[in-house]
Amino acid sequence: MEKKVLLGNEAIARGAYEAGCHVATAYPGTPSTEILETIARDYREIRSQWSPNEKVALEVAAGASVSGGRALAAMKHVGLNVAADPLFTFSYTGVNGGFVIVNADDPSAWSSQNEQDNRHLARAAKVPMIEPSNPQEAKDFTKLAFDLSEEFDRPVIVRITTRIAHSQGIVELGERQEVPVKPFVRNPQKFVMLPAHARPRHVFIEEQHKKLKEYSNRSPLNRIEWGNKKRGIITDSVAYQYVKETCPDDSVLKIGMVWPMPDDVIREFAAGVEKLYVVEELDPFIEDYVKALGIPCTGKEIIPICFELTPDIVDRALNGKIKGGAYPKYETNPVPPRPPALCAGCPHGFVFTVLKKLDLHVNGDIGCYTLAALPPYSAMHTQGCMGAGIGMHLGMEKAHGPEMARKSVAVIGDSTFVHSGITPLIDLVYNKGTGTVIIMDNRGTAMTGHQDHPGTGKTLSGEETHTLDLELLVKAIGVKRVVVTDPKNVEELERIVREEVAAPEPSVIISKRKCILIK
Amino acid sequence: MKNVIFAGVGGQGVILASKILMEVAKNAGYDVKESEVHGMAQRGGSVDCNVRYGDRVYSPLIPREEADFIVSLEMLEVMRKLEYLAPGGRLIVNTEKVNPAPVQTGAMQYPPDLREWISKNVKNALFVDTSGMLKEVGTRKALNIVMLGILSRDLEFTREQWESAIKSLVKEKFLDMNIKAFNLGREYN
Ligand code: SF4
Repeated sequence: MEKKVLLGNEAIARGAYEAGCHVATAYPGTPSTEILETIARDYREIRSQWSPNEKVALEVAAGASVSGGRALAAMKHVGLNVAADPLFTFSYTGVNGGFVIVNADDPSAWSSQNEQDNRHLARAAKVPMIEPSNPQEAKDFTKLAFDLSEEFDRPVIVRITTRIAHSQGIVELGERQEVPVKPFVRNPQKFVMLPAHARPRHVFIEEQHKKLKEYSNRSPLNRIEWGNKKRGIITDSVAYQYVKETCPDDSVLKIGMVWPMPDDVIREFAAGVEKLYVVEELDPFIEDYVKALGIPCTGKEIIPICFELTPDIVDRALNGKIKGGAYPKYETNPVPPRPPALCAGCPHGFVFTVLKKLDLHVNGDIGCYTLAALPPYSAMHTQGCMGAGIGMHLGMEKAHGPEMARKSVAVIGDSTFVHSGITPLIDLVYNKGTGTVIIMDNRGTAMTGHQDHPGTGKTLSGEETHTLDLELLVKAIGVKRVVVTDPKNVEELERIVREEVAAPEPSVIISKRKCILIK
Repeated sequence: MKNVIFAGVGGQGVILASKILMEVAKNAGYDVKESEVHGMAQRGGSVDCNVRYGDRVYSPLIPREEADFIVSLEMLEVMRKLEYLAPGGRLIVNTEKVNPAPVQTGAMQYPPDLREWISKNVKNALFVDTSGMLKEVGTRKALNIVMLGILSRDLEFTREQWESAIKSLVKEKFLDMNIKAFNLGREYN
């Protein structure tokens, strides 16, 4: 079979292709974006799409699955928060065609607002989760996830992290297996979660959980590699690679299925070694579980809970090896940092020049423009998650009175507005806020690589489609003061911002100019 | 096992350079792993790629003091990666400076003595002025491939192996430009 160097995300796309996946959905988000981009580019057999947000993406995939197709939804860790509502209930309904959710965590928050550990979500949603540790496994595990999903009637989460998503390695390719789309069979007891239906489904999934635990115990996903029995290390995901690199002689239990956990295998492994360690990124998920089984082990006392691991961190924690000193430290001058920054000529730059000059409180959002919180603009003062800025803007007005809205704005990008900004704007109008929202419409999802969205008039596969008219939408919400302007005319923009912020009623400024990197 | 770090600034093309190296190594029968940076950091921030090849590679990240080569497309970026260079490891530096934001705004200065300090403290350093070669290629975008060509002089693979890897990864219309850039680097002295 052909061997190719693939990015972890490309390998996942390949796994979906080989599994005969029919439908794939996502909203772009680092480090998960390339999964759908690869599917759209290389595997046209799969109908793929950007959805407006992760909740919709997961629901579209659920519809495909429930009606008999094999479906995949991909998202970053915080995206699964947005999609948590459908996740928790489609856990109850189960599937028809295989249903795989790819969740990409971002330890070290390289391109995220937090570094949450979504292994907890598998447990909370009672959904099996498997974790590849390299691109080859990323492909193989994704493929397997579709089979597991159908065998156990559960959605299955494939959890990757930045170092799996964005690292490359050699992958042996296989053929696509053509799987027919099964018929949709009406079954409200399974697919309509009325309380009377949900209760027996809960009982059912607890039974499935037991079966999955048996599977976890016998599955090659969880593998003991016996070495020196003095020290045994339980590990998962990319941490496994760091353990193999730095502790080649030790015994290792590699966890590939992290939920449900393989109790018997853990017991067998623990009994076979003198001292037991757990090496995992972020939270003590495995460690707490092992301790709850009554097995003593060492984990977070020596392995940091914050930020991603590296081979150096593992080497130091387990072997006491500290490197450094091969070269002297450069100390004559400070080394200037090179933080990411808005591109020269970025349309957002004009907006923040004005906001800085007017010294307004700026409720920001998620996108390239979040960088305006840093110098030279330093003109963003709050930011939480996708769409949060508009709701916070209203909240400030509620706490301080309308005069607060006379000295503040909310700013949000076009893609983020479509993702999560519409409902808070409805709230602002409905609850009689008077604030100004600036939609910085740069005609794409720039931060993650200029993907299309409903406002650009193009689909993921590049087809023309209806262009969502933001101006019309905002007016329909009930905003009477709507101004569309090109921010490049900074003086004009300043005049408009002054006027709209001063006006004692809701207003929206659509600052429209294409990102300079979009062709 | 060989470990190579490509360092630079977002947009300089370190990912393509490492992809080509990986392809060459894979075709030569080696196991290959790599780690790269996407997303926010790419907006003009510091970026780097770790490439490793050998009989069996586990970690996609190179441990400290184990890089056989650091290829830096910008001089300041050397300072952020030097702790990864193996004792005696080879450092290949493009002498061009790209001012980071704090220097552009005047808040900090670009350390004036970097080159001097590096040549004093890193015995195996090669400073390259790529401007002439880039002029000859006709585009500054070829910097990554010129630097890859320079690196290639110290690696075991043949010119044919490199060219076939470049062919498989570069778009047809940019192929001649990239092959030219690669060979200029490879013949640099
Ligand atoms: S990619 Fe586009 S939106 Fe992002 S900083 Fe650059 S110009 Fe601005």
